[in-house]
Amino acid sequence: MCGIAGIIYRDGSRNIGRDMIAMLQSMKHRGPDSTGYALYGRSSSGTVVMRYKLADANDARDYDFQARLQKHRAEVEARIEQAGGRLQSVEAETEYAFRAVVQYGGDLKLLTDLVEDVPGAEVLSIGQSLEIIKDLGDAETVGEQYALDGFTGTHAIGHVRMATESDVDISGAHPYWAYPFGDIAVVHNGQLTNYFYWRRRLERNGRRFQSECDSEIIAVYLAEKMSEGLTLSEAMRKSLEDLDGVFTYICVTKDALGVCKDELAAKPLVLFESDEMVALASEEIAIRAIIDHEIDTYDPYEAEVLVWSL
Amino acid sequence: MESLVGERRISYDARGLAEPNAEAPRVAEIADGRAVFDAKDLTTRLINLELRRLVYEEGVRAVTVRNPGSKHSLGVGILQRCRITFEGSLGYFGCGLIDGPEIHITGRVGWSSCENMMSGVVVVDGNGGSLTGAAMRGGDLVVRGRVGARTGIDQKGGTIIIGDSVGSNTGFMMQRGRMIICGDAGPGLGDSMYDGTIYVGGKVKSLGVDCVPGEWTDADTELIERKFRIYELGTPPSFQKFVCGKVLYNYDNLEPSERRIVL
Repeated sequence: MCGIAGIIYRDGSRNIGRDMIAMLQSMKHRGPDSTGYALYGRSSSGTVVMRYKLADANDARDYDFQARLQKHRAEVEARIEQAGGRLQSVEAETEYAFRAVVQYGGDLKLLTDLVEDVPGAEVLSIGQSLEIIKDLGDAETVGEQYALDGFTGTHAIGHVRMATESDVDISGAHPYWAYPFGDIAVVHNGQLTNYFYWRRRLERNGRRFQSECDSEIIAVYLAEKMSEGLTLSEAMRKSLEDLDGVFTYICVTKDALGVCKDELAAKPLVLFESDEMVALASEEIAIRAIIDHEIDTYDPYEAEVLVWSL
Repeated sequence: MESLVGERRISYDARGLAEPNAEAPRVAEIADGRAVFDAKDLTTRLINLELRRLVYEEGVRAVTVRNPGSKHSLGVGILQRCRITFEGSLGYFGCGLIDGPEIHITGRVGWSSCENMMSGVVVVDGNGGSLTGAAMRGGDLVVRGRVGARTGIDQKGGTIIIGDSVGSNTGFMMQRGRMIICGDAGPGLGDSMYDGTIYVGGKVKSLGVDCVPGEWTDADTELIERKFRIYELGTPPSFQKFVCGKVLYNYDNLEPSERRIVL
């Protein structure tokens, strides 16, 4: 089933970490397997934030597990330096997930490829302000684990996952970052029926995929279209022609949030819009989790694309 | 942090049934045959248990539920003549399987509200989600705002009135009943309908398979004017009428004896 949510504040930064935890926790019944967040915090020029993991929560803890983690962590840090980056800080969020702030102005693909060449390493997100956090468990569990209550920023998306076609692991959890383009992420509710067609096509263009999940296609597809000169809105409209299946997805960039529904409007989405904010979710109960007064909401129609910018 | 539907509020037994031992919370204030209670801190099951206690055990004929908070499945299965007012919005599957009550919702409703409604009246002041009035069999359902896709899918009776526009595949496989849409209709209107009538006051993006314009009669005018008068909807716009063309394969496959009955 899965549940998706998004929020964008038009009038400055807020505690988007807390908001997103509340929204996603209220939709726990739609997907208890894993929870993911894409949060847009403060950006500073010349530096990128990289979120990466070296193992999974449910990996077997053999005798060498800790030693291997230490070794791989050191290798990742060396690779970052090798790519020309200067590490400003590395924080261990869990024993296997890390947040690095890197002074770097080079090619993000080069940096990512070098890091992911380390065994077990997977870059979850990279960008000037995007940070993707995802792990097994419900929204409160993941939010507490990564101390997200207090994360301030302008916009965010999130996802609660009920695993149906791939494993319960971090790679299968949303949001997906659009490798190798910075600051673009997607959450999706639905199923793409021309997944393999688009995967092969994008792989021929040099893209790599971290998962077997159809939703990852959307992020990479949109990023590629935008790199060819389309706006976010134009890229999302094009996706209505190119992607088959049933879907409602939310895409976020550094300064915008957009939503797209397929032409059958088969997957739910409820929308609330005011002068200060836009909040959207698979169920209205998620919007009510952060707004305690009566509000007017509506469902976008079939084949509708809506984009809000900061 | 409090969670509205998380584990902290709802317990499950070994079979996965929610709150198996729950009892009506008895929080309503009852006076002169009317009852009021606040649903803010109650789970779906507790709200419905309290509603049923008031209607069936206390014999209350007018219940007001405050702060329903868009929770799912509220007000379902009420099989009694009574008046219920939800001051706020409902989530998915609200007021399904009802037979008799008059329900007023001051906010909006989520997906599949009034599904399989047998009789009674439901008036929604706000918008509705997709699948509003799915498989409805009788009564009147009025949504003053706009509604999503597949409104009145498999409708078998009754009247659905929408004050604004509707999404795609509205009236899909409609079998009987009437739908009055004051605004625009999305693509695939009345696709594969068997019978029934759809009135549209705005533009129709496209008609579905076997949905065709119908001949306007005095009975149509009378119906529209009566419903607008009852629900104080103002002056009716100029409506187009759509019915089933009855040329789909399922009609062609009928035996001669069946054809006489159906057609």
